[in-house]
Amino acid sequence: MIPIASLQKTAEELMAKAAIEIPEDYLAGLRKCADTEKGDLSAFVLQAMLENYEAAKEDRRAMCGDTGVPRWYVKMGNEARIEGGPVALETALRRATATATHDVPLRPNRVHPLWRTDHNNNCGIGAPEIEYSFHPEGDWVDLTTVHKGGLFGSDYRMLFPGDGIDGIRRFYLDTLIAFGRRGLACQPAIVGVGLGGSKDICMVLGKQASCLRTVGSRNPDPKIAALEAELKDLGNNIGMGAMGFMGSSMVVACHIEVGYCHTGGMPMSVHMFCLSSRRATARVYADGRAEFRTDPQWFTDYMRRASVDWEPAKKVEAAE
Amino acid sequence: MTTAPKLKTVHLRLPATTEDLAKLEIGTVVYLTGRVYTAREGVYKKAVEEGAGLPAAPEELGFANFHCSPAATLNPDGSATVGAVTATASFRFAKWLDGWFKLSRCNIIIGKGGMTGEIYKRDFVPHNAIYLTTVGYGTGALLGRGIKRVVGTYWVEDLGLAQAIWVLEVENFGPFIVDGDLAGNSLFERENAKIAPHIDELYAGTKPATLRRYGETDKKTDEVI
Repeated sequence: MIPIASLQKTAEELMAKAAIEIPEDYLAGLRKCADTEKGDLSAFVLQAMLENYEAAKEDRRAMCGDTGVPRWYVKMGNEARIEGGPVALETALRRATATATHDVPLRPNRVHPLWRTDHNNNCGIGAPEIEYSFHPEGDWVDLTTVHKGGLFGSDYRMLFPGDGIDGIRRFYLDTLIAFGRRGLACQPAIVGVGLGGSKDICMVLGKQASCLRTVGSRNPDPKIAALEAELKDLGNNIGMGAMGFMGSSMVVACHIEVGYCHTGGMPMSVHMFCLSSRRATARVYADGRAEFRTDPQWFTDYMRRASVDWEPAKKVEAAE
Repeated sequence: MTTAPKLKTVHLRLPATTEDLAKLEIGTVVYLTGRVYTAREGVYKKAVEEGAGLPAAPEELGFANFHCSPAATLNPDGSATVGAVTATASFRFAKWLDGWFKLSRCNIIIGKGGMTGEIYKRDFVPHNAIYLTTVGYGTGALLGRGIKRVVGTYWVEDLGLAQAIWVLEVENFGPFIVDGDLAGNSLFERENAKIAPHIDELYAGTKPATLRRYGETDKKTDEVI
């Protein structure tokens, strides 16, 4: 039985870590951008950001003043049992969100969409979001918090099989160019592309692709991995760098996640996880021990299974 | 402090005179020392649209308006803890700016992403005001370091912490980059123009999506703001 107090304490630590410490994988990717950036203004921006991450860690202060909209991803091992059950877990995550908003501090970004009511704690109706996934074995719970900025850089479109890969390239460019100007997307970003699923799941896949995979990871389907690499290069060849200034630093990584969709369609979503790619993960075990890491390990062979029953040996379905 | 060997860098003391601002060109890196305040849509709506006016004399607020909600907490004893601060995208606030300039007499707007050259010429130039963009975006920790003191807050009860006015005493606060100068030129528009000629090549050989969408533009050299 996982003690609820351990889950809440771990969740509070994760909130602070996400807000303050830029993940190593993103940082390494950004340094690569900085090494090759030729635009004066774009290079200056990247240098300022690298100094900013240091300042955030030294001062233990949030790396960005817009601390995003905190949300939670919970992955449960099949044998995990939580003291108080799922309701206690959700209460702990909401409490950790509210406590950290005050203590770090974070910006209280969450308001009612119509009445603009602000509880000053990032909690409210449907906030923070909590999404779940499961793992075939294990008595642990993985908690991941993501603090994604929320206004610009995402889009959805219903494409059709006839639009093909060209249609995907085109909509990808549309989104990057539209939101890259003036740096509205706060690039260089981890670009997540969701392909397929139903409309809502298409958005979820793209968002998870940008927020829950680490820079350097590849989709297990080699053809999709090749498309990821191609789209990354395409984005960096627009001619737009940080803040939309002339340059080459647009995409730190491109991640594609797919889901089966309606036979007539090919829905697509694009998401951009910004210069403050804030995520932090911990695994909490039955004895209350927590292990912290920056890789959410969200997309697993189990998550990407295509068969009716779980067949570990079969793993991921790739293109023929 | 971020070094910018290739970029002109200026340290400004606030309030800035028109002569001070005349020395700034688009693309100049700027650091500020003095008094700035946050104000965004909540404040503009109340002060300009609903006619509430300013909550204090302009001299109390300062003359540099930051489009920002700080990551900050007001403590029970009335003191404030400020963590990181970063600007929010300014283009959404254009409709209130002329009224705000008249009311506040501010001559520096700090925000994210600038506004259009058209708005600079229409609303900024007559008031001798310039626009500074934050860098990144999100040098929130560096900017947080530049804040020496919270002088006061206004309208917290009405508008909440995020939309309230925070008056801040700052020192070497930055970096910022000049997007809009006194003549109403825009750095972002200059950069867009440099990138534009290459964009058609990127789309070469592709055709528009099967299902069209109603939209305001499909010209790839247009901006969406």
